[in-house]
Amino acid sequence: MASNNYEIMEKRALAVREHIIRMSGCGGCFIGASLSCADLLVYIYSDFLRFDPADTLNPGRDYFLLSKGHDVPALYGVFAELGIIDALRLKDHATTKDNIYWHPNRNIPGVEYYSGSLGHLLSVAMGIAWDLKIKDNSNRVIVLLGDGELNEGSVWEGLLVAAAKKLDNLLIIIDRNHFQANMRTEELTPLEPLEAKFAAFGCEVIRVKGHSFTDLDKAFSKFPFSGGKPSVIIADTVRGKGLPSIEERADRWFAKFSDDEVESLIGELHGQENARIHSEIIIAR
Amino acid sequence: MTYEEELKRICDKDSRVLVMTAENRAAIRNLPEMLGDRFIDVGIAEQTMVGMAAGLALMGNRPVVHALAAFLTMRAFEFIRTDIGISGMPVKLVGSVAGFLSDANGPTHQAIEDISIMKGIPGMNVFCPADISESVEALEDIITDDSPWYIRYNPLKEVYKHEPVIKGKAELIGNGKDVGIFVYGTLFSTALRVKEILESAGLGVSLLNVRFIKPFDTEKVHQILTGCGTVVCIEDHFSEGGFGSVLANFCFQNSINRKIININLGEKWFKPALLDDVLAYEGFTPEEISRKILLSTGKKYV
Repeated sequence: MASNNYEIMEKRALAVREHIIRMSGCGGCFIGASLSCADLLVYIYSDFLRFDPADTLNPGRDYFLLSKGHDVPALYGVFAELGIIDALRLKDHATTKDNIYWHPNRNIPGVEYYSGSLGHLLSVAMGIAWDLKIKDNSNRVIVLLGDGELNEGSVWEGLLVAAAKKLDNLLIIIDRNHFQANMRTEELTPLEPLEAKFAAFGCEVIRVKGHSFTDLDKAFSKFPFSGGKPSVIIADTVRGKGLPSIEERADRWFAKFSDDEVESLIGELHGQENARIHSEIIIAR
Repeated sequence: MTYEEELKRICDKDSRVLVMTAENRAAIRNLPEMLGDRFIDVGIAEQTMVGMAAGLALMGNRPVVHALAAFLTMRAFEFIRTDIGISGMPVKLVGSVAGFLSDANGPTHQAIEDISIMKGIPGMNVFCPADISESVEALEDIITDDSPWYIRYNPLKEVYKHEPVIKGKAELIGNGKDVGIFVYGTLFSTALRVKEILESAGLGVSLLNVRFIKPFDTEKVHQILTGCGTVVCIEDHFSEGGFGSVLANFCFQNSINRKIININLGEKWFKPALLDDVLAYEGFTPEEISRKILLSTGKKYV
């Protein structure tokens, strides 16, 4: 890939992070998980997905499903940057003025399906993948899951079936930010060794640095990783990536910041001094 | 025509139709080889099946999914509610061995709250066929309908020559004014026999084979509730959320002030045994039900 594409993606990722931070200020949002997958989503929509922002329902498109629905601010940030939705709408995301809220819904162009309840969209993605396979269509199906989401049994049930049905047009991405709602994943229900688990379930797995566009490019360009098997990318990421003052902080999963804090966080994002965060910690789950 | 023959015929006619199962093949044993890629057995994985069905429906297909009613409606409940209900995907859920049909399996397998929870989902329709003939006859209409459906599948042999099944309409048998009986599904033949017993005791009886619980036939339901001296609702379901509760709500909404004799499972799981034994043990024989109705009308049981 040409290096100027990386520059475009870096700029886009910065803009997406700004959208996320602003959404944490008007009504709040799941900021930590949104920031961890921002680079993943920017990469997918900029360089991988066969998808026309001007024609979101084109039957020739690849299907992208966001199973960890609470990071939808990152998706909407990408949509705003691609011109699918007007960025001004994001400030109304927690009001009845718009259909944008804390989890994805199909009323927003570009959103393929409802999500929010964890452990659902792997199987929905499998239904789409099956349809494409039996109709001999070459569209690809990509589903993004959170690592906390891997606590849900339905994920592992779905993997068994996806492998049994040889869904090699399916790419499962794990945003491995090492946190779930209130703590590190390994402190609650350990997930590692994660590559071995997916491999044992019949998938072909690649593990990458989830904030490196060059690494992402290397991994995604290998898809499908193996004929007759679902592909899995485990992307190691940092919760709250881009904002050192909240990075890897278990208590900043959902945040509702004041206008001052938001401006200060945006300064921090752009390399100024660390933001001063004083709002109350919210235990959302 | 058998259920699977009819399903095959519909699949041949309509390329959108796919058949899925969570390893519940009793009624569709011959379909795998007939349908090829349009038959999907996911194994014992009801949640995955329902999620996949939503994805398939999203792509324009009409999945007809099969599983034991208890596991389909309860194990996969949130998938039905969230992945099918919110978007109103035209997935057809076929639950087997519901109500008393689970025989000796025990309470794990008893789907006697299935109607309550399925009808609680916005946009979900509920069909409870009285026997195999109704199960088969309504299939095409339900599959071609654009909304989600729950079918309380019933393989029992028909004991009565029914009127044609019309979506949303009940079947009214008789026009007596002394007793009005509401029934659906497995207990239809029992209710038919109750009707004969009551008539031989000199009572006029109207029997409503409800068929569709949601949406139900409000016109005929209203007619029975307001036109009959005694009204009875017989069902193999918990009292909570069953058709009896639908009737109670309907009466309240329509200012119909009347008592309904509810013959259902109350709040208890039934004693596991073969169907005829269960019916006798739980008091669902025609004789026992007739005795209860006659007592309430002040007539002596003969």
